Amino acid sequence: MAVSLMIVGVGGQGSLLASKLLGNILTAEGYDVKVSEVHGMSQRGGSVVTYVKFDEKKVYSPIVTAGEADYIISFEKLEAARYVSFLKKGGKIIVNAQQIDPMPVIIGSAKYPDEILDELKNKGVFVDETDALSLAEKAGSSKAVNIVLMGRLAKYLNIKYDEWINAIENTVKPKFVELNKKAFELGYNYGK
Amino acid sequence: MSTKNKKLMIGNEAVSRGLYEGGVNVVSSYPGTPSTEITEFISKYDDVYSEWAPNEKVAMEVAFGASLAGKRSCCCMKHVGLNVAADPLFTLSYTGVTGGLVVCVADDPAMHSSQNEQDSRHYAVASKIPMLEPADSEEAYLFAKSAFKLSEEYDTPVLFRMCTRMAHSQSIVEIGQREDFKGYEYEKKPWKYIMTPGNAVKRHPFVEERTEKLIQLAENCEYNRVEIADTKLGIITAGTCYQYIKEVFGDSVSILKIGMINPLPVKLIKEFAEKVDRLVVVEELDPIIETHCNNIGVKVEGKSLFSKIGEFSQQTIREVLLNETADTVKTETEIPVRPPVMCSGCPHRGMYYTLAKNKITVLGDIGCYTLGSAPPLNALDSTLCMGASVSGLHGFNKASNNENKTVCVIGDSTFMHSGVTGLINIAYNMSNSTVIVLDNSITGMTGHQQNPTTGYNIKGDPAGKIDLEALCHSIGINRVRVVDPYNLKECDKVVKEELSADEPSVIISRRPCVLLKYVKHEKPLIVNEEKCRGCKMCLKLGCPSISFKGKKAVIDATQCVGCNVCSQLCPFGAIEREVQE
Repeated sequence: MAVSLMIVGVGGQGSLLASKLLGNILTAEGYDVKVSEVHGMSQRGGSVVTYVKFDEKKVYSPIVTAGEADYIISFEKLEAARYVSFLKKGGKIIVNAQQIDPMPVIIGSAKYPDEILDELKNKGVFVDETDALSLAEKAGSSKAVNIVLMGRLAKYLNIKYDEWINAIENTVKPKFVELNKKAFELGYNYGK
Repeated sequence: MSTKNKKLMIGNEAVSRGLYEGGVNVVSSYPGTPSTEITEFISKYDDVYSEWAPNEKVAMEVAFGASLAGKRSCCCMKHVGLNVAADPLFTLSYTGVTGGLVVCVADDPAMHSSQNEQDSRHYAVASKIPMLEPADSEEAYLFAKSAFKLSEEYDTPVLFRMCTRMAHSQSIVEIGQREDFKGYEYEKKPWKYIMTPGNAVKRHPFVEERTEKLIQLAENCEYNRVEIADTKLGIITAGTCYQYIKEVFGDSVSILKIGMINPLPVKLIKEFAEKVDRLVVVEELDPIIETHCNNIGVKVEGKSLFSKIGEFSQQTIREVLLNETADTVKTETEIPVRPPVMCSGCPHRGMYYTLAKNKITVLGDIGCYTLGSAPPLNALDSTLCMGASVSGLHGFNKASNNENKTVCVIGDSTFMHSGVTGLINIAYNMSNSTVIVLDNSITGMTGHQQNPTTGYNIKGDPAGKIDLEALCHSIGINRVRVVDPYNLKECDKVVKEELSADEPSVIISRRPCVLLKYVKHEKPLIVNEEKCRGCKMCLKLGCPSISFKGKKAVIDATQCVGCNVCSQLCPFGAIEREVQE
């Protein structure tokens, strides 16, 4: 059965680069891969979701539906909760502990549920929580949150560390390679 | 298989690669999600002429001209774009082609980024033009590569249908070489290309004969295939639905997979129907295949089981055909929605704030600026289709006495697309209308494409630049004003003056999109906590950078670009530029 991942977050946080990196590394590993993503500027600031699926056999559907995701990589706390129904029993959530208020919260018509990750944990959901924004800033740019989280994901996937580094070198623009390698390393080693 | 030529591609890239290898020479398109990337990828090939046209009708007619000249051509658009291009499409069916001509159209089931959910397959049926529909990137590549030959062999344009999931999903494609296509010598053929009634009456029978021949092709071709397995359940399907069925059933049901959606085969379907006990059609949106089956006397289940609305998934298939529901984790806490918003520093915001503050009725249009309809700005009263803001405003003003309180807003690219004709109507039929062009110097919503007002072409090279002010003047609009939407006072003054004027006017609200690479961002603003009294005036802008923590406003330094619009609103001068350290 295919391994299903979801990358969720707020439009503009860089999920396309994360899915590109994953796509490249999984293809290089010889898997059949499908990725379904969000394009254009239309989702700026909105909730965005990208699906990545891979298998040694053929992958058919490019999308992930309720109860199917082995991993949800969330770039923001609220988004992790929004898509939790997609998580498979025993699946893992890897989340950036950042809070980005959606417009209904900003204008006071809704409340941001501060304790949302605790609720998920209390339900027995595996939650790997990282302050990816601080780590990204430490690596040199707040934009590297995506790669920090890929570093966290790498802890759980059966792909060699060096393969990830190769994929980063082949995926990001040359001038950002060092920054992203650093971001990946910080994510990978977080909490050690 | 060697991995060298294998690449993970989104459907749109695969289409462009197929067209390229199939020998395409000329591509003209108007951007529209989810079709845009086909043309963007094509533009990277230097041996193909590509361009952004002002609209889809122009694009299709450019493709027609190139085909007439003997070259292989293509135009790409989203589903609603095909409405704009429907006029040439229907008669292109009669003229046929010289060089192969492919029309790529991308539907958007579930309306991820569209104003309706129309099913483009109806156009194929209505215009009697063959339509291909792939089910993954590999097929998208193969079908596109073969489409020019199909077009030339049957003397017909070919419709190529994508949908959002196809267009924006990546799967592995093994690419090949470009066909060395030199083109056909131009030959004058008035009987074929001058569609006067006398010629057209002779071409219509040709179209009907062509359809008969295409049905023969559909019975036995590379596009349609039968996968016979267990025969208790047989499914006829096309596009991504095929993937959902395979995901759920694997090789345990029999499938007739349709790749040429128009015309549909007759014998192939009848034979398949005879082999299976139960026959179900799985298709998103409208019952095109199902209707065909009914017409040829084959009994199927389709829309009695499946919705005409939205996108399907493997979950849909499981629920409908297996009665299985997913076991999932749910939260008790309500999760606030997160709608897309105008960016921090978006130049549209200042103009929208001005219009909302003055309680002006605003007819809107299609683009990023449609997001101004959302709270807290709630600045729009209508959004119909490309260009409808300008023409609609004229109608609104002719029908009411509210012209001093009503404007329309339209982006620079949308104005070029079909707003300018509405403005001609305002000038010609004389309504006292106030048109606001939100000129952010790019086609924003589809991801930054050049347009006739930007001065650059699809490859980023310098190109002709339409002067908006001169264009409006030449149409006969005397009052043309330019304002900077970051200057709230100026916006307010100009809007009030133009609304009270006794003649039509155009206000160009001009500032480039804040996401353009060349736009310099200022240092983030900060809230002086001592001065902030928590009045929440700044929240009226709906800027994603400003929120409230406790009783004071805070500005998110990672998002703020220092546009300074909020500071003009603060009655206590609490929003300040960060002091240089």
